[in-house]
Amino acid sequence: MSRIAARFESLRERGRTALIPFVTAGDPDSATTVALMHAMVAAGADLIELGVPFSDPIADGPVIQRATDRALANGIALSDVIAMVRDFRATDAQTPVVLMGYLNPIEVMGYAQFAAQAAAAGVDGALVVDVPPEEGHDLVGALRAQGLDLVYLLAPTSTEQRIRRIGAAASGFVYYVSVKGVTGAGHLDLAGVADRVGLIKSLIPLPVGVGFGIKDAATAAAVARLADAVIVGSAIVSQIEDLAATPQRIPAVIGDFLAGLRAAMDGADRG
Amino acid sequence: MATQAATMAETIDDRRSRADVRARTPYHWPDADGHFGPYGGLFVPETLMQPLTELREAYERYLSDPQFQAELDADLQDYVGRPSPIYLAERWSRELGGARIFLKREDLNHTGAHKINNTVGQALLARRMGKTRIIAETGAGQHGVASATVAARLGLECVVYMGEVDVARQEANVYRMRLLGARVVPVKSGSRTLKDALNEAMRDWVTNIDNTFYIIGTVAGPHPYPAMVRDFQSVIGREARAQMLARTGRLPDALIACVGGGSNAIGLFYPFIEDSEVAMYGIEAAGDGLETGRHAAPLNAGRPGVLHGNRTYLMEDSNGQIIETHSVSAGLDYPGVGPEHAWLKDTGRARYDAITDNEALAAFHSLTRTEGIIPALESSHALAYAAKLAPTMRREQSILVNLSGRGDKDMHTVAKHEGLIL
Repeated sequence: MSRIAARFESLRERGRTALIPFVTAGDPDSATTVALMHAMVAAGADLIELGVPFSDPIADGPVIQRATDRALANGIALSDVIAMVRDFRATDAQTPVVLMGYLNPIEVMGYAQFAAQAAAAGVDGALVVDVPPEEGHDLVGALRAQGLDLVYLLAPTSTEQRIRRIGAAASGFVYYVSVKGVTGAGHLDLAGVADRVGLIKSLIPLPVGVGFGIKDAATAAAVARLADAVIVGSAIVSQIEDLAATPQRIPAVIGDFLAGLRAAMDGADRG
Repeated sequence: MATQAATMAETIDDRRSRADVRARTPYHWPDADGHFGPYGGLFVPETLMQPLTELREAYERYLSDPQFQAELDADLQDYVGRPSPIYLAERWSRELGGARIFLKREDLNHTGAHKINNTVGQALLARRMGKTRIIAETGAGQHGVASATVAARLGLECVVYMGEVDVARQEANVYRMRLLGARVVPVKSGSRTLKDALNEAMRDWVTNIDNTFYIIGTVAGPHPYPAMVRDFQSVIGREARAQMLARTGRLPDALIACVGGGSNAIGLFYPFIEDSEVAMYGIEAAGDGLETGRHAAPLNAGRPGVLHGNRTYLMEDSNGQIIETHSVSAGLDYPGVGPEHAWLKDTGRARYDAITDNEALAAFHSLTRTEGIIPALESSHALAYAAKLAPTMRREQSILVNLSGRGDKDMHTVAKHEGLIL
């Protein structure tokens, strides 16, 4: 069983919804990212999504675009992101890490090369935003050969047929994009999310994470009642942006923020 | 009389070839999933998959709908001003020596370039699909103007994304778009040029898919855009093929067109693809020179990758990040290229070369002074290549250059190069 599947199984046994923070690797610098990953785990993160910077992030809103620009200004490449995971793994063998990004850096590295290096460093899976299952066949093959999961997105526009198809192609979990829009977009509609997550869970057996538009503890708690995982990205990344001049403060501040989300979600679990 | 005969002949040929262009030829790209060999495809976030499926289905339905096609033909004739003539550049050809050079006069279209052929088609489709809002990206501003124009005519809301750098160097077109009622949004992210405008338009579309139709201006983007834009632009090649036959009794020996994304080139090439005796040359922007790295020539100096929904040749660094491009012509300043061109390059059916800023500017002046036609800087790249190729050919041979747009929009740019401020 993959580290991701094992983590979701253990969470289900404990009746706990996963908290999945997203941060852009190398924003504002590589050392901060690794320290931040450990701080997030200490604050209650169950899995980490690490953003791989790409010059043309079409699915991202302004907050993550700017984080990407900061990382690229530091010269962060896909191989550097993999190295950060290797550093993280030196002292954390349990917490699953998923790389989230766009296809072109992986194309340039080569699918097999990427899968081998990522697996060796302790990466558990990849979510490639611009690869739908229609184009994902070769990538899935390369990742599976190294025991890595390929996490797919589901959207408000996904038909039942597509949900089934994606469920068959994905492993680890699926990521439901709760709003039509880019990362960090407006407010999610809880009733709509409840309907869609219910539909997805009725069609496919994988755990369902919900992200895009979860900004605060109250929303995280509400989504925790509906989904297997709550994914928070822009709300974290915008705080990192505010602290870019004092990176040593970032792990503690983000840790406090996540602890607040965790407490609210756990309250929701008990209720 | 000769002109009239040509016009009638091409109208008949037009209808016939549109119906049978796929059936009569073994060239059948893209495949059902939008691939041209290894290129093209559908590399987009999940939210766009269903809207792209709906677009593809609607497009396939109207492609064979006689009523839609009749409406499109009428718009192309009465609104765009088609057919555009072919013109023998006699004095310029004589000066260069060698082959006779004909120009396909897309510069005479309404709004001054070939871009309107595609926006008229996509706007009709948008209306049939019940969309009330149009978005577009633009580089030089020609596609933005062509989109704003059709949106004004159909009473649709229109938002045009344009890189901040391009807004500054194409201010006349920005004003034209605003006069036409469009909202022009300067894009401040990334390199602040065409690729970033495309990113921003995609972000808008993913947010507003319920009421919005995204009119992509070139033969790039996710399936079905490369095929759909090609089909709308193919009117150029269908007319030109019939016109050359009527005028010279044979097909041209060579076709030349500039390639940024490559819509005017594919529009000219596509109806000639099975005519193996016709050589096809796509001309990219070599900017300061391919050896300097400051250019926009992915087919000549890039390698395959994935950007903006399709796999194609790209300008990128060793880590797969897209790099900034350079060309004196804003319309060619794009790090990718339509996937069908990537395929035509690999199969050898078309040849791709590049022309520097200075060579294009020289051709701009040369055509202006010998023929009284001021070409767009984009088209000047194709003209510059014709000026190199013609002297290597015989007088009885002919070259057809797609004069894809007029140069009125480039007055400030050219003047600046001469050290003048208008």
